[in-house]
Amino acid sequence: MSGVRVLVGTRKGAFVLSADGKRKDWRVSGPHFGGWEIYHVKGSPADPNRLYASQSSGWFGQIIQRSDDGGTTWEQVGNKFAYASVPGTHQWYDGTPHPWEFARVWHLEPSLTDPDTVYAGVEDAALFRSTDGGTTWAELPGLREHGTGASWQPGAGGLCLHTILLDPVDPDRIFVAISAAGAFRTDDGGKSWKPINKGLRSEQIPDADAEVGHCVHRIAMHPSRPNVLFMQKHWDVMRSDDAGDSWREVSGNLPSDFGFPIDVHAHEPDTVYVVPIKSDSEHFVPDAKLRVYRSRTGGNEWEALTNGLPQGDCYVNVLRDAMAVDALDSCGIYFGTTGGQVYASSDSGESWAPIVRDLPAVLSVEVQTLS
Amino acid sequence: MIRVVVPWHLRTLARVGSEVELEVEGPATVGAVLDALEAGYPMLQGTIRDHVTRKRRPFVRFFACGLDLSHDQPETPLPDAVATGSEPLLIVGAMAGG
Repeated sequence: MSGVRVLVGTRKGAFVLSADGKRKDWRVSGPHFGGWEIYHVKGSPADPNRLYASQSSGWFGQIIQRSDDGGTTWEQVGNKFAYASVPGTHQWYDGTPHPWEFARVWHLEPSLTDPDTVYAGVEDAALFRSTDGGTTWAELPGLREHGTGASWQPGAGGLCLHTILLDPVDPDRIFVAISAAGAFRTDDGGKSWKPINKGLRSEQIPDADAEVGHCVHRIAMHPSRPNVLFMQKHWDVMRSDDAGDSWREVSGNLPSDFGFPIDVHAHEPDTVYVVPIKSDSEHFVPDAKLRVYRSRTGGNEWEALTNGLPQGDCYVNVLRDAMAVDALDSCGIYFGTTGGQVYASSDSGESWAPIVRDLPAVLSVEVQTLS
Repeated sequence: MIRVVVPWHLRTLARVGSEVELEVEGPATVGAVLDALEAGYPMLQGTIRDHVTRKRRPFVRFFACGLDLSHDQPETPLPDAVATGSEPLLIVGAMAGG
């Protein structure tokens, strides 16, 4: 019997939502790690029982948890994220040099093939990797040291590495995104990196077309077509057809092209989902209506998906890691809000229903398709 | 034997009650107590002081005998009442929130 497991990170703990393939009746487990901020929980594609969770606190720092039974029980693993070399400085908000300091893990990306290998995107921005199930962590310093690092400046949420995409065809190729530095790619397994921001235009920085400095919010890829990337930038929805070497805007008829998450349908590589947000000054949905927008043309032409979503008096946000898709025949789409709702659609977005309504503010949503 | 009161979130990580008892070698200082605490409960490494800098996390405080010891140097001797176990060293998460 097929099923799904939705992994939800919130401001005050983690929750595991489970259902069979019909996705009608849900079981809610949690809170796990109650009271802690859970920035991200993600399962290994190679072993769905292996989960990793980033648990953090403004008081007590960073913890990494690992589960080997699909989230029923957890084991605390390594939390030492030490930069590989004297980290130097990046720019602070006022433009002055600021020492690189580890704050937290924003995103955990398990290897596509090895349950014990997992990448961590951290604040202040750097990429770490563990090959022993999270027990020890080592930085891939080529990213931070490739040359532009000293000019990186934090976005309002911090200088965070929040997106890690592993190329399913080329194991040496990884894409990452950093707020507010931009997108970067390695083609040699993380030894060397280059900015991939050509075509991005950001009016909020002195040189709108700069090589780095763009506030990329999220990048998504369909595994069958890893050279095609979709990006939700601070403002603008972008597309690349050459693995990030160049980008073009595909915001089209969106009511606002500001937003955070972006994702791709499991079976239709040109079907893309975003959640427009009113503006960077008002982090809630436009017109008090919660609408997912879907493009079936790889961008530019977008349609509002509203059936089952609140269409009045709604003022939530959907954060960058808080949308995911399952791989069942009828693709499921999931997202969580800062108001604590987790919405699910089992029909590619045609209709929606809340799985839960009253969780703490949702930071991240991932889904595992179980067979 | 030195008694240490740990805050709620660290109790859940270490799976202990509110108070732990530690044997500390050498002079009883905050630094020595934290060394012993982290040795006995490795899951607390990095939660009270930074892994790399070894500095106290900004929102963690050390109290004992009605005194705030948070800003003392790690090698500063603890009050005799703590060193002899009649009073605990309190590790406290600073009040914050809203």
